[in-house]
Amino acid sequence: MAPAPPWATALLTARAVALDPAGLGGLVLRARAGPVRDRWLAYLHALLPDQIRRLPPDIADDRLLGGMDLAATLKSGRPVAQVGLLVEAHGGILLAPMAERMSPGLAARLSAVLDRGRVVAERAGQAIDAPADLGLVLLDEGAEPDEAAPAPLADRLAFHLDLTDMALGDTDETAPPDLIDARAFLPEVRASNEAAEILALTAASFGIGSARAPLLALRAARALAALDGRKDVTEEDITQAAALVLGHRATQLPATEAEDDDTPPPPPEDNDTKDTPQKGSDQSRPLEDKVLDAVAAVLPDLALAEQARRRSAAQTQGAGAKQAATHGRPAGTRRGGGDGRTRLDLLATLREAAPWQTLRRREHPKRTGLIVKPEDFRAKRYVRPAESVLIFVVDASGSAAAARLAEAKGAVELMLSEAYRRREKVALIAFRGTGAELLLPPTRSLLQAKRRLAVLPGGGGTPLASAIMAGHALARQVRQRGATPFLVFLTDGRGNIALDGAPGRPAAAEDAATAARVLAGDGVTSVLIDTANRPQRDAKALASQMDARYLPLPRADAQGLSRAVRASTAPA
Amino acid sequence: MKHPFPFTAIVGQDEMKQAIMIAAVDPTIGGVLVFGDRGTGKSTAVRALAALLPPIKARPGCAYNSQPGDIVPGRAEDAPEGKPVEIPTPVVDLPLGATEDRVVGALDLERALASGEKVFEPGLLARAHRGFLYIDEVNLLEDHLVDLLLDVAASGENVVEREGLSIRHPARFVLVGSGNPEEGELRPQLLDRFGLSVEVGSPTEIADRVEVVKRRDAFDREPEAFLKDWAEQELDQQRAIIRARKALSRVRVPDETIEDAARLCAAVGSDGLRGELTLIRAARAFAALDGKRIAKRAHLRAIATPALRHRLRRDPLDETGSAARIARAIEETLPESSKS
Repeated sequence: MAPAPPWATALLTARAVALDPAGLGGLVLRARAGPVRDRWLAYLHALLPDQIRRLPPDIADDRLLGGMDLAATLKSGRPVAQVGLLVEAHGGILLAPMAERMSPGLAARLSAVLDRGRVVAERAGQAIDAPADLGLVLLDEGAEPDEAAPAPLADRLAFHLDLTDMALGDTDETAPPDLIDARAFLPEVRASNEAAEILALTAASFGIGSARAPLLALRAARALAALDGRKDVTEEDITQAAALVLGHRATQLPATEAEDDDTPPPPPEDNDTKDTPQKGSDQSRPLEDKVLDAVAAVLPDLALAEQARRRSAAQTQGAGAKQAATHGRPAGTRRGGGDGRTRLDLLATLREAAPWQTLRRREHPKRTGLIVKPEDFRAKRYVRPAESVLIFVVDASGSAAAARLAEAKGAVELMLSEAYRRREKVALIAFRGTGAELLLPPTRSLLQAKRRLAVLPGGGGTPLASAIMAGHALARQVRQRGATPFLVFLTDGRGNIALDGAPGRPAAAEDAATAARVLAGDGVTSVLIDTANRPQRDAKALASQMDARYLPLPRADAQGLSRAVRASTAPA
Repeated sequence: MKHPFPFTAIVGQDEMKQAIMIAAVDPTIGGVLVFGDRGTGKSTAVRALAALLPPIKARPGCAYNSQPGDIVPGRAEDAPEGKPVEIPTPVVDLPLGATEDRVVGALDLERALASGEKVFEPGLLARAHRGFLYIDEVNLLEDHLVDLLLDVAASGENVVEREGLSIRHPARFVLVGSGNPEEGELRPQLLDRFGLSVEVGSPTEIADRVEVVKRRDAFDREPEAFLKDWAEQELDQQRAIIRARKALSRVRVPDETIEDAARLCAAVGSDGLRGELTLIRAARAFAALDGKRIAKRAHLRAIATPALRHRLRRDPLDETGSAARIARAIEETLPESSKS
């Protein structure tokens, strides 16, 4: 865990974002709701009075992007547009609470707006194209490392502020400065060519692929200069900006830098008109070293980088599933609605009513406004995909670990390769030594699975009880998100590590049996695949305790495994 | 509307730029899919394309970009033809969250409510006719819109049966999509629609990375000056497209090239005929861009990866990427011929 940055830095990022919201994109604020976060937000509010809007997590597209104004339309009898929140937030900042649960769809819409500085949308009867230069503050309340703001969106925001471990005593109430002067300075601030070079270089040495990172760092350096009332970007600005913008994105340490030289990209074209930086001349500049040190200083170890990688992996899950749970994918409209059970599609209803207006007015000469009858009602249709999540819980202990894991991995990838058709996700938990570890959070992406499963550890004791509980916990999460979990255990059922991590078969077996009965009580569909060379009594007993199907499958290979799982989890 | 970043100022990413150029030269190839990591300039490149495309001739004020002879709704078939006007080649964005009525078109509500008239208001598909339809984050597109697009893309015609309307109009467009594979896979049916598929990554050369940051920063700060600096290159690029389009029909594809294409497709095990066809068309367009009159093996070799990458039968247990498999097949079946 990175040490919480000092309060002064936290306030500095607030000032920078308030000064240039659209240029910097904004920031991710990772902190639980509480007085520390409130204090930071109050500071931000004081910097930008009346220019901060809140983005409700469940916002509908017509409110976000713009759409039809229901009340005004019904009153006037002709379509009246309403402006979306993104357009209203033009020039200011949008606060997005619970960003760790944001759906990929919402993240993509916000990304598009950040990229273009405009809202471009095609909504219910109107084409929208309006300026929306704004910054985003994503309030990430994630408790687990895997819960984080959507990575594609976070990539577009300059800063990442982690106030999780900050106590109220570490903060103080500071009156925010007036940004008028800094605003006047900002367009004038010049950064040298060298600044761009050093930042691009630093980003590359920390393994940061996205071209947005150095660009945002450059803008941050300008903002810092402007905040300080200067027109020149100093070395300090660059160093500080690099630490703030690049630190949390690092995926490797510069020491382990290994340039991929196997695919040399073609030289940049038009060398004659553009000055191409001289490669090699930058290698030993002191400023560059300072910048490298500054970034390295905010990066205690590569665990952070690992975390960043996991974050990007985790973002596909959860949020998407949540959406599926609440209302699914929109899939057109159908007749009916207005009964409180379905969501009325106003536009379609109006369209239905429209052709009859002349006639109905003749029938009801006294009525003004639009005359809508029940038969006009059209409801929004949502498809609730019967999404399922296959959770593999794989015994990675002992000597058979390597082979078993490899086959489980093969099965995961096989299933993912056809997952799109079947609308399912796959997750993988491995257990060995003293505990169980979630190696692959529920995902539908084959690419992600391949990246995550490239290295699988094996060997050690068999903490069967922990494994059952880990699988059970994930199954519950999946259920909470509205999907159906299936548990697939791959083990010989011979646990030898008890819940408390102590070795010993009897205690381990007892703990495993208890965990299995708890699981059975929850009614999660599961299957236990006995991977021992000869069917094991232990495994069979465990399967019956957890109310799972028992399937002896010695020498299970990826193909056989995926077939067996398909057969056992197919809906009856 | 902000002017997009100039196409020619994009550093590196040659495979992507080449594929986009080929799709611009020959619309029948079926468009381009650009997949890659965050911040690699996917949508920048596609948006930049709009500025390069030469104008087309269309009936004045036509919502369907129709040319004389086309049959479109709301226009009598024997209505006198006016003089066609030049309009920019449409590059239409299909934004996420677009509603179905805006995509296919629907009853014009304003007129229906005000006067009870039943008038069709054309949607995005009408606007994209004879141009490009761009879908950013294509892998996040709602399923019902994907279905709709597939149907229209296959038939070249948009058929609307809703709200008592019965309308059909031509909708032929080049599909361009971009996305990040980490955010989800693309449906195979949609994947197959794209003629070419490219993968982009961050530049590996430090000098390129620095240049990316510098150019983008210069553009963001002083767009007018930047665009002026690049105006000439942009014009050259546009001329190259126009030249290649003219030359396209004269580029000959000899039997050897066709046999080569068939052999390569068999070697990589690509599904269906579509791969072979795209391969040949792309080689021809590439030859046209190259100023050659005959599409040869060298041209096939140059465009085989983007033409076939997304058509390989997937073997999840094979760790080798598609690009590597194709490269291997090229070396085995189509070694660089000595004569060309």
